[in-house]
Amino acid sequence: MIRVPELVVFTVLFVGVSALGFLAARWRTAPSLDHLEEWGLGGRRFGSWITWFLIGGDLYTAYTFVAVPALLFGAGATGFFALPYAVVAYPLVFLPLLRMWSVARVHGYVTPADFVRGRYGSPTLALLVAITGLVATMPYIALQLAGLEAVLRTMGLNGAGLLGHLPLLIAFLVLAAYTYQSGLRAPALIAFVKDILIYIVVLVAVIYLPIRLGGWSSIFGAADAKFAATPSPADGVLLGGNNQLQYITLAFGSALALFLYPHALTGVLASRRRDVVRRNMVALPAYSFLLGLLLLLGYVAIAAHVQPITNNATGRPDTNTIIPMLFAEQFGSLFSGIAFAAIGIGALVPAAIMSIAAANLWTRNIYKEYLRPDATPVQEAKQAKLASLLVKVGAVLCIVLIDPQFSVDLQLIGGVIIIQTLPAVAIALYTRWLHRWALVAGWVAGMSYALYLLWIIPNPATGSVHFGGSALALDRLTLLGWHPFAGSPVQIYVGFVALVVNLVVSVVATFALRAAGVAEGEDSTAPGDYHADADPDPRPEPVAATAGMSTR
Amino acid sequence: MSGSADRGNGSGELRWNAWNLLLLVPFLILGTPWINVAEPRLLGMPFFYWVQLAWVPFSVAIVAVVHVRTRGERGPSVPAGPDDVDALDTGATR
Repeated sequence: MIRVPELVVFTVLFVGVSALGFLAARWRTAPSLDHLEEWGLGGRRFGSWITWFLIGGDLYTAYTFVAVPALLFGAGATGFFALPYAVVAYPLVFLPLLRMWSVARVHGYVTPADFVRGRYGSPTLALLVAITGLVATMPYIALQLAGLEAVLRTMGLNGAGLLGHLPLLIAFLVLAAYTYQSGLRAPALIAFVKDILIYIVVLVAVIYLPIRLGGWSSIFGAADAKFAATPSPADGVLLGGNNQLQYITLAFGSALALFLYPHALTGVLASRRRDVVRRNMVALPAYSFLLGLLLLLGYVAIAAHVQPITNNATGRPDTNTIIPMLFAEQFGSLFSGIAFAAIGIGALVPAAIMSIAAANLWTRNIYKEYLRPDATPVQEAKQAKLASLLVKVGAVLCIVLIDPQFSVDLQLIGGVIIIQTLPAVAIALYTRWLHRWALVAGWVAGMSYALYLLWIIPNPATGSVHFGGSALALDRLTLLGWHPFAGSPVQIYVGFVALVVNLVVSVVATFALRAAGVAEGEDSTAPGDYHADADPDPRPEPVAATAGMSTR
Repeated sequence: MSGSADRGNGSGELRWNAWNLLLLVPFLILGTPWINVAEPRLLGMPFFYWVQLAWVPFSVAIVAVVHVRTRGERGPSVPAGPDDVDALDTGATR
C-alpha cells in the first residue's frame, strides 16, 4: 500500500531542500569554487551557528535515528550506550580539537592525513591514515542510504528487485548533483532545514506518545515484559552482569573514534575561528539530549506493538523500519510525512559531508601525493568533485548489489578500525614522542588484531560464526594462543582491545627504533602553530596561509 | 586523550590550566555499577535512563565553565578569510 499523503509531503520537502542545495553554490560566494578549500571546506569561514548545524547534521545521522532506537527495541539497555557516548565525546575532544583546528589553519591541512604528513614527514603513515578513513567512511555512506530506504519502504515504495531501489537511486542522483556543484556549502545550508524538522518531530513524539500510551511507567513496563519473555539473558531494561564492561568500553571507544572520522573533522576545520569550535563543544550536546529522547522511542514502539516491515528486496523483516512505522501508525498523514522527510533529509546531509570528506582524502593524500604532485588548486578541486561522485556511486552499488546486512557489518568494522588512527592523529597533536615507523607497526598490529577478533565473534541471531557484532566475550580473547581470561562471559568492545594492542606495540617499537637510530623524519609544524587563531577582524589576505618550516 | 591528562610531556608549548581538569567530571557517567538501578524513578523512568539524560545538561554546564574560564588565552594570529563571512552570526546583511 502506498501512503499517498505522506509521499506528497515528503516529496515537497525533498524537492525544496534539493533546490536549496543547488542555490548554496551562490551562498556567500567566493571568487571561485574551483579551489579545494572553497569546495571542500566552505572557505573555512563558517561561524558558530552554521558550524553547529553542520556538525550536528553530520554526526546525528538518519542511520542513528532509525538504527539505534531499533537496538533498544531489540535488546534493551545496551542500545542506550549512544547517550553516554555522546555525553563524554565533547569534554574528551574539547582540547585536542582546538589544537587540530589551529595547526590545520596555519598549514592549510584539509584532512587528518594531511596533518600526519606534515607532523611526521611520512607519506606512508599519511597514506595508512587516509586509507583507514576511506574504508571507514564508505560503508557509513551506504548506511545513510539504508536509513533513507527504510523510510521509502514504509511509505509503500517497497518494490522487489532493481525497481525497488529506483526511488533511492533518484534521491541519490539529486544529492550527487548538488554536492558536485556546491561542495560543503550545500549540506551546511540543508542542515538548517533537517535539524529544525528533526527537533520538531522528536519533541512532539516524546511528549505526545507517552501521554497516549499511558505514561513512561507503562512503556517501560511493556518493554520489561517483552524482555522477560525472551530466553536471552543479554536483553532487559537494565544492564546485566556481563555487558556492563561492553557498555562502558563501547561508549568510551566510540567517543574516542568520533572525531577521528574524516567527515567529523571536516565540519570542525570549516569553522572560522577557535572560539567557534569552543562554543560548539558547549552547544552540540543539545543534540545528545535529543538523541537520548529518540532512543527511548525504541521502547515506545514496543508499547505500541509496532511490527517491522518485511523488505521485499531481501525477504526479511527490516528492524530499521520500527521508528518510521511508529510514526505512520500513531500520527496523522501530515505529521508522519514531515517525520519521514526529516529522516530522509537527515540521510542526505551526512551523506554529502562524508562523500566530501572522502573526496578530500583521495585528492590530497593519494592523487596529489602519488599521482599528480604538481596538481594545481583547480585540478585538485576538479578531482575532488569527481571523487565525490564516484564515492556515492559506490555507496549506491553497495546497497543495490550487496545484502544491506553487509553494510551494517562493514560500518561496525569501520568504527573499530578508525580508532586505530588515534595514536598517529590525536596523540600526535600533543607529542611527537612516538616514532613514525612505530606508529606504522602499531597500526598494522592493531588493525590485524581487530579484524581477527571481529572474525571470531559469532552471531547467535543469524547463526553466522563470523562478524557477529563488536562485543567480544573475554573468554574468546586470545593472544598468540594464550587465553588470559578463559571461562569469563564478560563482554568488551573489540575496538578498545585492539587500540590497547596498537598503543603497546607503538611504544615498544619506538624504544627499539630509537635505540637503532632510525631517522625521525621532519616535523613541519612549530609548537606555536597549535595555538594560532584567526584575527577577530579579518584582513584582506588569502585563506590558506603557508607557514615557515621549522625542524624540531 | 582527554587533553588535560596528556599535557606536560615535553612537545614544546603545552599550556597548563587547572580549569581543564573539570573536563574529567562528565566521565563519571561511565561508572555503570553506580547507575544500573531502577529506583528511584522519575516520571516512571528507571534511574538508569533519567540520570543519563540529566547528565547531558550537567556536562554542558561543566564544559561551559571550562570554556568561559580559559577563553582569555590567545595564540599567534593567522590571516583570516577575505570576506566577513558569517552574516548570519553577526546579523549583518552582506
